[in-house]
Amino acid sequence: MNKAVERLFNGIVKENPTFVLILGMCPTLAVTTSAMNGVGMGLATTAVLIMSNFMISLLRKVIPDGVRMPAFIVIVASFVTIVQFLMEGFVPSLYESLGIYIPLIVVNCIILGRAEAYASKNDPFSSIFDGIGMGLGFTVGLTSIGIVRELIGAGSVFGFHIMPEVYEPVGIFVLAPGAFFVLAALIAIQNKVKLNMAKKRGESAEGCMDFDCQSCSNHACTGRKLTESKTEEEQA
Amino acid sequence: MVNVVNELNISSNPHVRDKMTTNRIMLLVVVSLLPACGFGVYHFGVRALLHILFTTAACVITEYLYQYFMKKPITVTDLSAVVTGLLLAMNLPAYAPLWIGAVGGVFAILVVKQFFGGLGQNFMNPALAARCFLLISFSKSMTNFFDGQSGATPLATLKAGESVDTFKMVIGTTEGTIGETSVIAILVGAVILLFFGIIELAIPASYIISFVIFMILFGGNGFLGGLDVQYITAHLAGGGLMLGAWFMATDYVTSPITPRGKIVYGVLLGILTGLFRIFGNSAEGVSYAIIFGNLLVPLIEKATLPKPFGKGGEKR
Repeated sequence: MNKAVERLFNGIVKENPTFVLILGMCPTLAVTTSAMNGVGMGLATTAVLIMSNFMISLLRKVIPDGVRMPAFIVIVASFVTIVQFLMEGFVPSLYESLGIYIPLIVVNCIILGRAEAYASKNDPFSSIFDGIGMGLGFTVGLTSIGIVRELIGAGSVFGFHIMPEVYEPVGIFVLAPGAFFVLAALIAIQNKVKLNMAKKRGESAEGCMDFDCQSCSNHACTGRKLTESKTEEEQA
Repeated sequence: MVNVVNELNISSNPHVRDKMTTNRIMLLVVVSLLPACGFGVYHFGVRALLHILFTTAACVITEYLYQYFMKKPITVTDLSAVVTGLLLAMNLPAYAPLWIGAVGGVFAILVVKQFFGGLGQNFMNPALAARCFLLISFSKSMTNFFDGQSGATPLATLKAGESVDTFKMVIGTTEGTIGETSVIAILVGAVILLFFGIIELAIPASYIISFVIFMILFGGNGFLGGLDVQYITAHLAGGGLMLGAWFMATDYVTSPITPRGKIVYGVLLGILTGLFRIFGNSAEGVSYAIIFGNLLVPLIEKATLPKPFGKGGEKR
């Protein structure tokens, strides 16, 4: 059971696909014009991710290494098609507003990334929880971007108008540039919070040195880790 | 090692002492902007003055607060934020609500300038980026050139196929943003900048000349439709072309430093402005042309890097 909790925490906080791994940027930037779209896209991806992780983990000893990519794609595409038809049937308005980005879940790099990095090497139980964690992390990321963009760009949250009448919506936030502004700001804030928390606990900060590679996850910034640089300074 | 570098303040060469500091350059730019600002206030009234004060104050305060809270050296006194504020205010229509300038000022300094590392690091002209930000966000307020009795801007009139009074446009008693209407006032400022060597002719000249050539080829009566002098002069005097060519395209940070690069950059801006004005939906295109040009500056500089002395000749 510990394994499951660890996977959930890893997906939602430690290796959040949106804010830490910076994966799946295409839907992240394109569909988050409103909070509702963010939730819808996130949950659709979560559903596909759980099922594909489970299936790929079950078949991990059957699929030959040389053709694993086509095999993964076939599995993922089947589940995406199921999710697409379900959404078209039961939530047609959300289906309309997400449009082409639902079939494009097939090529979402979170899903192939988890299949390649986790599900193809681990047991089905952990893989399911990895899928749930990553999917919820993605949902949290998309929803928070969607909330900020909708609030500033349209003065509402989940369709409810909450800003006072005198507030004039800043239209650029529901257009493409707004997605980049909000994503960058949220990544900066969560990096700052994480660094502060790590400092308070007295641990070495989980981040990279501040000249570049600010947002990459710890294992990705080889050679530029804060901890390593500190030891270098101490030696000098 | 890091501390030593900070304390000794080792800068890159050339180590030449000159009276011309950032502060002095910015002061001269402010002075050269005053004629156009003054005319704007004369023409549009107190509202224009309020816009200028509000926007400039927003820029300066934002820069101060950001540097204060981020514990960086406070560089407000170099006046670069004042220049940004003035340029942004000159790009606002006088009848826009006053808070718009403040929002634009915060965006220009915070997002475009400071987030990218402050003066000298921004990849785009802060004032123009903020103008485009405002134009996209509040398009209604930002194109509100009317106070009930006056007509459309000269360029909009031209786009609609009617003729305009070019003489009035040169003097500046037409509709438009606060600082762009008077060609004479802008040219007075440009002469000041040229006299003190703040700007060179290369960028504005190549910009305006290539724009005229583009207009001769495509403007007025369609492609190669014959020379329409009145149409071309109206396009030269109208909109933000003069303000953009002399004050914004020449921004040190966002324009190429190589001699050939300056010409390439100017020609690019001329063509883009012509394209946007004739084939675009909107009547004006100077702002978008310049920030688009800004993005290409690193490429232009890379392509036009001069050969060091002694490295000439063909490779064998």
